[in-house]
Amino acid sequence: MRPKLKSCSYCAVQRNRSKPDTILRMTVADASISSAAPAASATSTGVDAAGALPAKACAAAEALVELKNVSFGYTKDRQILSGVNLIVPRGKLVAVMGGSGCGKTTVLRLLCGQIRAGGGEVLVGGRSVAAMKRDEMYAHRRRLGMLFQFGALFTDMTVFDNVAFPMREHTELPDEVIRDLVLMKLNAVGLRGTAHLKPSELSGGMARRVALARTIALDPQIALYDEPFAGLDPISLSVVGQLIRRLNDALGMTSILVTHDVAESLKIVDYIYFISEGKVVAQGDVATIKASTDPFVRQFVDGQPDGPVHFHYPAKSLAEDFS
Amino acid sequence: MNRKIIDLWVGIFVAIGLAALVFLALKVGNLLTTSEERTGYQVEARFDNIGNLKPRAPVKSAGVVVGRVESIRLDDKTYEGVARLHIYSHYQFPRDTIAAIFTSGLLGEQFVGLEAGGDTVMLKDEERIRKTQSAVQLEKLISQFMFSKAQDAPPAGAPASSPPVATPAAPAAVPGAKP
Amino acid sequence: MKPVLRILSRLGNATVGGVERLGFAARFFAAILRQSGTSVVRPGLVVKEIYQAGVLSLIIVLMSGMFIGMVLALQGYETLVRFGATESMGVLVALSLVRELGPVVAALLFASRAGSAMTAEIGLMKTTEQLSAMEVMAVDPIARVVAPRFWAGVISLPLLAALFSTLGIYGGYLVGVRLIGIDGGAFWGQMQAAVDWRYDVMNGVIKSAVFAFAVSLIAVFEGYDAKPTAEGVSAATTRTVVTSALVILALDFVLTVFMFRGGVH
Repeated sequence: MRPKLKSCSYCAVQRNRSKPDTILRMTVADASISSAAPAASATSTGVDAAGALPAKACAAAEALVELKNVSFGYTKDRQILSGVNLIVPRGKLVAVMGGSGCGKTTVLRLLCGQIRAGGGEVLVGGRSVAAMKRDEMYAHRRRLGMLFQFGALFTDMTVFDNVAFPMREHTELPDEVIRDLVLMKLNAVGLRGTAHLKPSELSGGMARRVALARTIALDPQIALYDEPFAGLDPISLSVVGQLIRRLNDALGMTSILVTHDVAESLKIVDYIYFISEGKVVAQGDVATIKASTDPFVRQFVDGQPDGPVHFHYPAKSLAEDFS
Repeated sequence: MNRKIIDLWVGIFVAIGLAALVFLALKVGNLLTTSEERTGYQVEARFDNIGNLKPRAPVKSAGVVVGRVESIRLDDKTYEGVARLHIYSHYQFPRDTIAAIFTSGLLGEQFVGLEAGGDTVMLKDEERIRKTQSAVQLEKLISQFMFSKAQDAPPAGAPASSPPVATPAAPAAVPGAKP
Repeated sequence: MKPVLRILSRLGNATVGGVERLGFAARFFAAILRQSGTSVVRPGLVVKEIYQAGVLSLIIVLMSGMFIGMVLALQGYETLVRFGATESMGVLVALSLVRELGPVVAALLFASRAGSAMTAEIGLMKTTEQLSAMEVMAVDPIARVVAPRFWAGVISLPLLAALFSTLGIYGGYLVGVRLIGIDGGAFWGQMQAAVDWRYDVMNGVIKSAVFAFAVSLIAVFEGYDAKPTAEGVSAATTRTVVTSALVILALDFVLTVFMFRGGVH
């Protein structure tokens, strides 16, 4: 079965991760993305030609990222996450969706180690993030690639320097190699010609793609995307979505996509988690979600103004206010 | 901004900054001249009253600066003011030099003036200047003036006009030579 | 009674908050010192920041120094001429600048121009999540962004203060000797006799070094601690200028008491 084959070759690559020629081999695979035509229709994820994986198989495949009963809150009385259980299998693209402020970005921060869970465990590759010491955390973050909302490009550097930043900071590769790598990454996102420009000279969509190139600069094991579609025009939106999918497959990454763009997500992801009020209220693969009768899922997917998430903010009754 | 241009400007900036510091130390301050000033010898001079003399005040002879006042203290046995004078090494003074405290201008700072004597033996390090002249005090000057005025005035004059200031505080403000 | 209690509790909260912030600033300073290794190994970062903080402040510092020196000479002349002491003009201008005005005014100008720029830059990087991005890429933002700016400030300000004093003395010379007509020889001669390089010049340099540490720390700290919103960054920038001014003047008083004991003997 194709998924198994993928994880095998992926494991083999993982073992040789630190060698420069491996990085070269993998980025040659990147280059093939730009030559392939972008997918025009809303097909499912391309993982399994026969159709989407059943929900059970998702959990059964090797879990690279796992949140076990995780709780987190900045203050004792305001818990952002309470008892969240999430599994992200290797090689899959998983979406975490929910309304604004529901805790989606908090999940990403927990995975990076920027914040520590109040309760439960956050496991990456079987290791608890909270237990990581300095060196291990450093190695852990090297394996991550994170795309921040609106890109977070370094405004005082050119596009080239932005993508080269992780390489220069973490490797000792010579300048010529870095130059080639950066141009390949930019080529993968279609922006090789912008290498000398500053971020302020780019449009929103282009800046987002450059940030995407920076995210994959070191060929990370895990890619995290924080609202990558926010504020983009339809074309850029589609391009970014396609890139996220293709890069995930080409590089053998495991990706977590935090978003509330339902339409685009359903086109590209393998599995979806819905979070509301600190808990996972629904989960499933694309077909399951589309066919779901859960009121929250229906309200979210169909964009209904009122439902489990109320339209009216709590207030006194009409009679009291307007008498 | 081009890397080379930045480096150039930073280099210029640091260079002129250091140049300014050097200028301040040499031209404005006395860095160059202090080397010859640091070598020298110390002599002591005792005064009844040192007036407003301060440390670092100049020691002059014939108007030329020949040294600095190093420190001032009170000798608690003889109750004299003791001034340590640092004289620059290339100036030699005879043993019978007189040290007096003068004021530069009417309201200026006070300094120590040295009047060379005729002795053939020169002052050496840690020796004492024998003859000193204390600072003139305004109050004593006034009372002296009043006293002499009272003496000049006719004895049958109105007693109201004679100042009651002819107090025993009249002893001459100019002391004689000190042993 | 209640309003009084409320005011007291708010005052108490503010004080505790202030002390907390001070503690955080102290730990932040320690973190900067710990992470200064990167600045040593990659001096290019520091050089770039010296350009931003020092070179770009040259114009304002040089011009202000010149003007202040000229004004000192003008105003000083009025008073000196009454005592027939116009020859001490050089001494007046030089000592005022080297001991006090040079370090203090240069530090104030630096805080307003370079300090606020640093705060705004770091605050903006925090707001646009650039600092977070760096952190997630396993690059410590304190080492990469904050420390180079701090050391650039520490290096730049004493140089700027020296330049300020120099230009001021030159301005005083222009007005005193060229414009008013005081004897040039007396101007420089008396100045050189009265200004001691150790007592006056070095103390002035020490002052500007102390100010440099204080202003740079305040600037980078406010930027790092700013609320990641537009109002937050703007408030942090104003706080940098105000806090720097107060700290400079307070430190100036303390240092002057220690250094220049005037007529005490």
